[in-house]
Amino acid sequence: MNARAMTLPRSAVDQDWRHVLRWGLICGLALVGLCLVGMPVELDKRAIIERHLSLGYLFVLMVPIGVGWVSSTLVALEGVENRRQGLYDLVTGLVVGLIGGGVLSLLMVGLDVWNLRDPLVNWSPQLFRFLTYENGMGFGAAAWLGTGALLGLVGAALHVVPAVVRRTTAFVVFGLFFLSVLEAAISDLSEGFGLESLTDWLYAKKGGLTVTSTVVVGLVIALASLATRGRVKAVTERYRDMEGVERQKASTILFVVIAVLCIVLPMFLGKIMNELLANVGIFLLLALGLNIVVGLAGLLDLGYVAFFAVGGYTTAVLTSPNSPWFAPELHFGVSLVFVVLAAALTGLMIGAPVIRMRGDYLAIVTLGFGEIIRLLFMSDWLGPYFGGAQGITNIPGVDLGFATVKGTDPRSVFYLVLVFCAIAIYTSWRLQASRLGRAWMAIREDEQVAEAMGINTVNAKLMAFVVGAVLASFSGAVLAAKVGSIFPTSFMILVSIIILVVVIVGGMGNIAGVLVGSFVLIGVLGGPKQPGLLQEFQNYKLLIYGVLLVFMMLKRPEGLVPSARRSRELHQDEFLQDAWLEGDKLDDEEGVAVAAAPTTVPGGGEGGEEE
Amino acid sequence: MSTHALTTKSAKRLAAVDRFLTFIRVFLVALIVVGLLAFVWQQIDADNPFARWRNPDARGLTGDQFKGLLISGLSQGSMYGLIALGYSMVYGVLGFINFAHGEVFMVGAMTGFIASEKFAANGMWEQNFVLCLLLIVLMAVFFSTFTAVLMERIAYRPLRNSPRLIPLITSIGVSFFIQNFVLGLFGPASKSYPRLPDWLSKQRSILTFEIAGTRLLVLVVAAVSMVGLWYVVERTKTGKAMRAVAEDKEIAALMGIDVNRTIVTTFAVGGAMAGIGGILWGLMFRSVTHMTGFLPGVKAFTAAVVGGIGNIGGAMAGGISLGSAESIAPMVILEPLGVPGVSQLKDAVAFTVLVLVLLFKPSGLFGERLSAEDRA
Repeated sequence: MNARAMTLPRSAVDQDWRHVLRWGLICGLALVGLCLVGMPVELDKRAIIERHLSLGYLFVLMVPIGVGWVSSTLVALEGVENRRQGLYDLVTGLVVGLIGGGVLSLLMVGLDVWNLRDPLVNWSPQLFRFLTYENGMGFGAAAWLGTGALLGLVGAALHVVPAVVRRTTAFVVFGLFFLSVLEAAISDLSEGFGLESLTDWLYAKKGGLTVTSTVVVGLVIALASLATRGRVKAVTERYRDMEGVERQKASTILFVVIAVLCIVLPMFLGKIMNELLANVGIFLLLALGLNIVVGLAGLLDLGYVAFFAVGGYTTAVLTSPNSPWFAPELHFGVSLVFVVLAAALTGLMIGAPVIRMRGDYLAIVTLGFGEIIRLLFMSDWLGPYFGGAQGITNIPGVDLGFATVKGTDPRSVFYLVLVFCAIAIYTSWRLQASRLGRAWMAIREDEQVAEAMGINTVNAKLMAFVVGAVLASFSGAVLAAKVGSIFPTSFMILVSIIILVVVIVGGMGNIAGVLVGSFVLIGVLGGPKQPGLLQEFQNYKLLIYGVLLVFMMLKRPEGLVPSARRSRELHQDEFLQDAWLEGDKLDDEEGVAVAAAPTTVPGGGEGGEEE
Repeated sequence: MSTHALTTKSAKRLAAVDRFLTFIRVFLVALIVVGLLAFVWQQIDADNPFARWRNPDARGLTGDQFKGLLISGLSQGSMYGLIALGYSMVYGVLGFINFAHGEVFMVGAMTGFIASEKFAANGMWEQNFVLCLLLIVLMAVFFSTFTAVLMERIAYRPLRNSPRLIPLITSIGVSFFIQNFVLGLFGPASKSYPRLPDWLSKQRSILTFEIAGTRLLVLVVAAVSMVGLWYVVERTKTGKAMRAVAEDKEIAALMGIDVNRTIVTTFAVGGAMAGIGGILWGLMFRSVTHMTGFLPGVKAFTAAVVGGIGNIGGAMAGGISLGSAESIAPMVILEPLGVPGVSQLKDAVAFTVLVLVLLFKPSGLFGERLSAEDRA
């Protein structure tokens, strides 16, 4: 790739063929992999635009576009005159897509000739029918070669077209996609507001957008994106730059709007959507807790589910009449006190032995603790106390006097979760800027330096464990009240890892990031057992979580909504380099100051010094 | 990490945690000692009050039972050892835990299943078992190595110089991806290896130990692979390069060693060992699913830590100790303490061993071998 950028090509056909072939094969193998995992056929059931485009085809079509885009990306070098992108890159994209389509056609031939159904469960006639558009071999092969090349071209063309076009296209495509994904939510909401006609116009009977609505909405989004170009950014910038009273006022308005939305919207939503929101809330609560442990303090806790389990089991034992050993049948609110105590104690018990360990040992040992706790809850040994594999059933809901929060009424559960989430967000927000929060961040950046600065690292780390544990236990308590029964199988290591993905994809160390992460991942794809908006993903969400985790770590370790400080840490080299480049313009003294203390660059909003 | 040189104010606070840790240490040791004593007493005289104190219906173990536990622990442990080698070598060279290494092992076992099933379908499995076994081992080694190398190339190489936790998180993602990719390809059903020929699986008696042929095979193969690996690492040029890279990447590069290539070799060798381990797992337990790699993987990492990470002999020894502890401790320590259903707690015992080792001797039983920067 570097060689490509160095030497200027003489003509459009003077390609770096090895590069093209490599990306073409990557494209092809990605397509084949996707097909053999069975994703297209399974996702074909979900329509995006009536019967013209299904989620399955969308997933397949996405690959050549993506690979075409990546393969024709120009590596811009500092200080070297970079060539303009043009025909050359279009040819790259075209050929890459063509090779991808060719590999897919080979798969089609293979599907026709051999029967490998035995080990490969998705080597099926359905896949063949899907790939050939039910039109036979020749048509399918020609179609995939053609579409592959075309899509590769489109992917590459995105580099060539002006930025306005790229932006507008992106807005239209993603807007339509989200509109289609949110079908269930939107139709539910419009039913609540009595706007069924809108839904009928927007969505086809068998699901997916109708053709007319696609065109109209696409146009609207395009116009809107053209009209608002630069304005949204300006508004957010202005908000960021505000200070003092003005900012406080703006924040208050924002807060009130969000609060009212959170309180009012669920009233118009149906059961399914409220259930979904309640699930998102439970995982958001967990993610906020993990965000403190991993995001702020930098302790990779892979056994976080242990605290979730402790919260759930404590609630179950204290409130359920079916608790096998000790059943005081307390009220949820009273039991909450004990939940907090139990969680804090567990946090200390798990935290103390691991506190001195290297970061990666800590991860595995906490993973071990998470498993130990689940195995203990499941074992016959503690069976007489916690019900073993049968769990504890018949947990009553939360009796508030005027209403009862229980699983059959998801709206009430949502409000309950909302209260806890509000507490969690407030706590994390206040902690972030507090002395303790700054100590956590210092430890995350460099433990030894933090210690040398006089931070009591042991205490700070233990506190991170305790706070994280308490938030997770709230989530467990809500889960127990919501589901009404609790089983050890709800607390697999899987849960820990999914929460980790949520925190990382959203943005480690950033509350807004965690919010976005839980809504996008848990809301759309679904939790370990809970379905999301795209129920068709049920079998593939873990696969996608895995891919997302790797992708984010490779390409954007700071997450979708990065915290300013964290991303500076992760891209320290680049920041230092920038500071160094800037240093030429600044006078020496200032340049040194910027380079030496990248975390106190103005704009971070937080003071870096201890009092 | 040296946390002891601290100011007086926080030293006081530190002491509280230290006191708690000492308490945990003493408690765990006391637990083990009491359990062991109760067990020994029980073996000497089944009806004394001390042995009956916690568990009135303990029967104790007969000599044969004990030998059986030992054999199963040894054979399982040698498999952990084979997997642990991969963890240990990668940690030695790159300084991060390749969480997805358990999945490499699973890929080996899965390949073995598919190949052996095909062989069984056309009758070759019964007719020419040894040849088939060789072939499936070769295939498993090939695919495991391929997976490991691909993993390094795609996921880990771009992260070579990032903070330590980043590659670890990436490897969790890789592990998740491979598990679910295999699930998608081959379906969720548990797959069982074809029946082994009788001459292999029948019980044999060696030095008064009753041992199933399969377990014997596992022990022999593990030992042979171990010797082969030792030879590669200690006696060949590639091995020397690997050790040099583990010691210091930059200086190794200055000495004319191709660091990238050496790292790929390290992954490949680890992958090959995991592939062999996968086949042995398949022969011994005869069933494979997409989740097969997870627990053995974590336990193998435990084994690597027990033996001292970065230390190849230690990985094998750690595997064997962990395997034996896991199979013997529930019966010898927990049963006399009156814990019912001890076999369910096997995994918990393995994790407790990890905690114990890290509490008492964090550098492992045989000492870790890491470069100076990784030890930090």
